[in-house]
Amino acid sequence: MSNFEIEIEPKFDHLAMVRSVLSHALAAEPVLKQERMQDLRLAVSEATTNAIEAHRDNDVEDSVKISISIDDVGVSVVIVDRGPGFDPGQLKPHPPVTDPERLEYERGLGVTLMRRLTDECLIDPTPTGTTVTLRMLR
Amino acid sequence: MRCVGEVALVPVIEPTFEVARYGAWAVMRVSGEIDMATAPKLRQHVQNVTARGPDGLVLDLDRVDFIDSTGLGVMVGAAKRMRMSDGALRIVCSQRHLIELFELTRLNEVFDLFETLDDALADVPSGEAP
Repeated sequence: MSNFEIEIEPKFDHLAMVRSVLSHALAAEPVLKQERMQDLRLAVSEATTNAIEAHRDNDVEDSVKISISIDDVGVSVVIVDRGPGFDPGQLKPHPPVTDPERLEYERGLGVTLMRRLTDECLIDPTPTGTTVTLRMLR
Repeated sequence: MRCVGEVALVPVIEPTFEVARYGAWAVMRVSGEIDMATAPKLRQHVQNVTARGPDGLVLDLDRVDFIDSTGLGVMVGAAKRMRMSDGALRIVCSQRHLIELFELTRLNEVFDLFETLDDALADVPSGEAP
């Protein structure tokens, strides 16, 4: 069993390094198949992007915290921000892909990907921050 | 950045964007990782290329190691720009993980996907003298 803690300043330049840490942690204890490692890498990157954005949009200078736990059951990654609380229920659904209006929407796929790519995606918003827990079972 | 745990970090490689002409079309070969930090560079390159008014744009993603929803969004924007000028957008992508990402988001129904660059340019006149 392994645990990793990462703290990053709210800068998008740190996203690649977070993915690198995750990849190396998963490679050291290969409890997931390669394809599922890639899925988790993307989901974690999406959640971390949202966390950094929550800090930047609200002038929060605190670090974003990412915790990785690997055990016999699988992998859990927890992303904690100190933003004003992200409510995924407020996301406006995209028009159908067959609708030309779909091309007006460049953003808004991140949460969909987090949910579809992981075995469990919990988003817990509070007025003082959001905790996202992503789990992949082995 | 602070990290607690035994990991060997590798340097982050900046993405590259190589642009070439093929007849009246433009081909952009993208490499590296496309995320919220690097997507603005991709968007800028796409805007520079589409501003020249090519008949079509091929985005070759075969050397892309990672792409997130922001990168997909840039491609949605590229499709919109090309459609506004009656141009075509084609995407070269043979990596299974990337193809599944397009399928998961149903963007495979928005974009024309090709396995190879040759396939993407098969019906495009090269513009060279016979």
